[in-house]
Amino acid sequence: MIRLTEVSKYFGEKRALGPISFEISPGGAVGFLGLNGAGKTTLLRILTTDLRSSTGEVEIGGINVVTSPHEVRKRVGYLPETPPLYRDMTVGEYLKFVGRIKGLSPDSVSDRVREVEEYTQLTDVHWEFTRNLSHGYRQRVGIAQAMIHQPELLILDEPTKGLDPVQVLELRALIIRLKEEHTILVSSHVLSEISQTCDRVFVLNAGELIASGTEEEISANLAGTYRIMLGVRITADTQAAGLTHFVRRLPDITSVELIQHDDPLLTLSIQSTTDCRAHLNRSLVKAGHDVVRLELDSNDLESLFVELLGHKVN
Amino acid sequence: MNGLRVIFRREINAYLHSYVGYIVAATVLMLDGLLFYTQALGPAAGERLSGEVLARFFYTASGLTAIAALVLSVRLIAEERQLGTQVLLNTSPVRDWEIVTGKFSAALVFITGITLSTLYMPLMIVVNGRVSIAQILVGYAGLVLLGAAVLAIGIFATSLTRSQLVATAVGAAVTAVMFLFWPLSIVVDPPMSRVLSALALHGRHFSGFQQGLLHTRDVFYYFAVTYFFLLLATKVLEAKRWE
Repeated sequence: MIRLTEVSKYFGEKRALGPISFEISPGGAVGFLGLNGAGKTTLLRILTTDLRSSTGEVEIGGINVVTSPHEVRKRVGYLPETPPLYRDMTVGEYLKFVGRIKGLSPDSVSDRVREVEEYTQLTDVHWEFTRNLSHGYRQRVGIAQAMIHQPELLILDEPTKGLDPVQVLELRALIIRLKEEHTILVSSHVLSEISQTCDRVFVLNAGELIASGTEEEISANLAGTYRIMLGVRITADTQAAGLTHFVRRLPDITSVELIQHDDPLLTLSIQSTTDCRAHLNRSLVKAGHDVVRLELDSNDLESLFVELLGHKVN
Repeated sequence: MNGLRVIFRREINAYLHSYVGYIVAATVLMLDGLLFYTQALGPAAGERLSGEVLARFFYTASGLTAIAALVLSVRLIAEERQLGTQVLLNTSPVRDWEIVTGKFSAALVFITGITLSTLYMPLMIVVNGRVSIAQILVGYAGLVLLGAAVLAIGIFATSLTRSQLVATAVGAAVTAVMFLFWPLSIVVDPPMSRVLSALALHGRHFSGFQQGLLHTRDVFYYFAVTYFFLLLATKVLEAKRWE
């Protein structure tokens, strides 16, 4: 569990962050979205103990980052915007050094280096000097060093920055695999990256947290309503008008719109004041309809993001 | 202590893999050799007692050791900041004092290695003249202690900034001022003269080592200066996290 309470950071007179408060439960991936200068890196640096907040309290796994930074560092792996590589070391030497400095024993570090090299597909460059690596490989070495001590929390600051499209896909796949074993915090201003890798999003603007939740929740909060997409298989008894009328009469539904009427599927867009999918499903099935699609429809993250910032500016 | 050991090993490897370490070592050895030649072997050397030649050797070697220590130390933390690797140390379970002492110990081993590589010169005096081995041992102890003190000053300077140039300027200024305390102490009146001579990095505290005289007072002085500046460097690293 990550808990921030009224955290802010000032550089001189300038406020870079906060005050912000939030909690993140263990597991999955959380994205921090914001334009350059929004406070993402400042926030992540505070979480990694690289920087101390000016006010407020930060706890990771119940441990205070200011009073017990040493304990927090054992539990956190960090990939900063630029991977912290020593140019005079080979990949193998470097990972071994990081493993040792992160507390791995001399006996176990070599095996662990082999494991993370396989995991991040670095085995081929084990003997290469880090200064000779391509940008994509450097990012992978950066991730390997962050995960070498098997931390509970992995913090990745703009991990796909400067990568080509193929490298972005590879790294995205790697992050999705890492989600199975670590809680991951990813910062980015690339919306598609957050959208495709993260389960929950925090939107920052000018140091303030302006929205948080899943894409669908942010979308619903912004609009004040939930938009539900309903797909029903057309049968002899199914009439578009009848179905629309039936749904409109259910509780919390504010409007129903026929989106598509292509044999064999009928698609409705439903506006509701609550996430009433479970009730909707039960009612439709009870009435004898074949429900084949029932999901919350978010605006894509990009338009949400622009809309959020627009709201803030206004 | 694990952090100190790991950082020490990495720094030693860095010296062995970098041009800076070899260039500093080669320059110091070449200049030491040239100065020794002019003072002891060359046509201008003149007739001197062996002990006096050895004392002059330690005198010139002390200046070169101080310069080498400064060159080696001013990059230690500033370079980490420039390359972005400081964040790795800051977010690892190592304490700031382990970072400082790990880097200091490696630099001290390296500078001691360079200093001891000049041992053949005093041994030439042993072969061709009459000096006690104790004078040689005490002289080298003095060089190492002086080197340690200047390294600590350099590490303090490098902890202040990400620019190696600024770190060099600050380190050189502090070292120069502490060297100048000695000549200043001669021209000012007591009690200021006593204060300045007690604080001087060279002169009063090093002259004993030059002559082969080991004073506890001088050893304590160099230990104190080293400890003081390493402590300052550690505090600066801690404070930087609050910036």
